[in-house]
Amino acid sequence: MKILVCISKTPDTTAKIAFADNNTKFADQGVQWIINPYDEWYALVRAIELKEKDPSTIIHLITVGAADAEPVIRKALALGGDEAIRVNTSGSDSFTIASQIAGVAKEGGYDLIFTGKETIDYNGASIGGMVAELLDLPYVSLATKFDLTGSGASIVREIEGGEEVCEVALPVVVSCQKGMAEQRIPNMKGIMGARTKPLKAVEPVAIDALTSIVSFELPPAKAGVKLVPADNPEELVRLLHDEAKVI
Amino acid sequence: MSVLIFIDQSDGQIRKASHEAISYGAKIAEMLNTTAEGIVLGTVTDSLQDLGKYGVKKIHHVDNALLNHFDAQVVTQVLASAITAVGAKVVIFSNNVDGKAIAPRLSARLKAGLVAGAIALPEIGADFVVKKNVFSGKAFANVAINTGIKIISLNINSYPVTEVGGSAEVVLFDTTVNEAKVKVGAVNKVTGEVPLTEAELVVSGGRGLKGPENWGMLEDLAKALGAATACSRPVADAHWRPHHEHVGQTGFAIAPNLYVALGISGAIQHLAGVNRSKVIVVINKDPEAPFFKAADYGIVGDVFEIVPKITAAVKKLKGI
Ligand SMILES: Cc1cc2nc3c(=O)[nH]c(=O)nc-3n(C[C@H](O)[C@H](O)[C@H](O)COP(=O)(O)OP(=O)(O)OC[C@H]3O[C@@H](n4cnc5c(N)ncnc54)[C@H](O)[C@@H]3O)c2cc1C
Ligand SMILES: Nc1ncnc2c1ncn2[C@@H]1O[C@H](COP(=O)(O)O)[C@@H](O)[C@H]1O
Repeated sequence: MKILVCISKTPDTTAKIAFADNNTKFADQGVQWIINPYDEWYALVRAIELKEKDPSTIIHLITVGAADAEPVIRKALALGGDEAIRVNTSGSDSFTIASQIAGVAKEGGYDLIFTGKETIDYNGASIGGMVAELLDLPYVSLATKFDLTGSGASIVREIEGGEEVCEVALPVVVSCQKGMAEQRIPNMKGIMGARTKPLKAVEPVAIDALTSIVSFELPPAKAGVKLVPADNPEELVRLLHDEAKVI
Repeated sequence: MSVLIFIDQSDGQIRKASHEAISYGAKIAEMLNTTAEGIVLGTVTDSLQDLGKYGVKKIHHVDNALLNHFDAQVVTQVLASAITAVGAKVVIFSNNVDGKAIAPRLSARLKAGLVAGAIALPEIGADFVVKKNVFSGKAFANVAINTGIKIISLNINSYPVTEVGGSAEVVLFDTTVNEAKVKVGAVNKVTGEVPLTEAELVVSGGRGLKGPENWGMLEDLAKALGAATACSRPVADAHWRPHHEHVGQTGFAIAPNLYVALGISGAIQHLAGVNRSKVIVVINKDPEAPFFKAADYGIVGDVFEIVPKITAAVKKLKGI
């Protein structure tokens, strides 16, 4: 069993969001980078659990990013995984990133490709579907459970207002969310071990982006909270009805 | 050239999210001086003609039962052939579960630029620019689509359902449908409830409610309002409430018209899932709770005293 886990780096969940260069760039000074939570907690940890069950499993991590992505992918290696591949380009849109991942995956002969449900910065939820299409593989998105069966995989996925169980032969691309695995903290042995695990940088294939970011905006500031006295909750209901007109 | 809207159905019924997508697509068609067409896959029980009232002129129906079970790979291939047949230049999806699975595949197949999570109409000038949600609701990006065919998936509750009147012409669209590689087994749906992601009103509880036994109070309020229920992450993690109610960075992101937060502190990761709500009401006994900064209305006080009174006032207002 050979698994490819897609790892992206995102600003820490509490990072201040601000923009530079005339609102065309994320202002990243002083920002702490973390592994995108869905990639870490669900995609990577589930892959590690599968390897714990079957030690012959090989886990490769891939990130598409410049050299500044290395600390994050090292951190991912400290949790688990055998080696990492960094495609040396910052990737200007989802399609270019997906094309790089698909290019590596084509050579690698993977049985499973795991992504997170979405990145918490770009919120595309797109890379997994794109990779699957580029490789002509089935795609099971928003998975909450994943198990290997004799012939393939049994996956529980989210549907609108519920869940369904599905069966699929390998190889398959799966996007992972809450439920797949329990969050783990890297231990000292993992951290030390990660230092010597192979991290190979490969050059990107030439791909044209389909979209480009023109500018960023921050949402308009809220007018401020209107406080209603605790002894007059009826007034709140009146305001929601007469003023906000939401009930 | 036309605008093609993917009309999503479940068990034969058209989703509310699709009414929004049709309204949005029809408006874009108007901006581009062209017509809005729709495509529906699988067996449908709702009237498709009726959807014309949201501005769609023609609906292509692929009435093939093989499509009743969802497989993004199969659907993508069907849509790709429909897009060619119709000559669509703009393709609209809802950014819901199905849209998130299909739109990216279609984008990669057609090499057509995708903006996932659009929240407003495009700006159409020298460039075709769509505003989308980024940084989990903390910012927006204006994204230019630089390809001939443009794909947009619209966030739920971001564009109002708009009735313009009229009826749609329904035509059957015949195309090969491959057998799905993903086989669907047991389906487990929470029946009778509005799915949280589509709900217009949401009442949500946090650790301030102290324990699962106190949720009756919250449910009474939700029932009086006709609202869906949600919760913070520690509440779902402690199994006080089911996981499908967990909102925030790691749970669902929602954008209802009204979000009522009871005993929730308003941590940044919680806000990431709810900050696109139109009106936020916070009830918390701590006046320093960060949630008040994101709120439109608030009461500083004890939920156990206040919530039953609000429920009574709502019932009185509605005469129930
Ligand atoms: C990477 C990451 C991702 C996360 N993702 C999420 C997520 O998706 N969703 C999420 O919710 N959290 C998430 N969290 C956790 C988040 O940081 C907070 O810990 C969590 O939201 C707190 O939940 P709470 O407000 O219910 O509880 P608390 O923070 O304990 O707040 C309880 C509140 O109730 C108030 N209260 C107590 N008693 C009463 C009373 N009688 N009447 C009125 N008010 C009362 C208190 O004043 C307090 O403000 C995440 C954290 C991390 C690090
Ligand atoms: N630059 C990247 N390198 C590797 N994987 C990525 C990258 N960006 C996104 N992914 C993967 O694709 C998933 C969905 O990302 P997105 O479509 O941007 O929301 C993420 O959870 C990651 O698993």
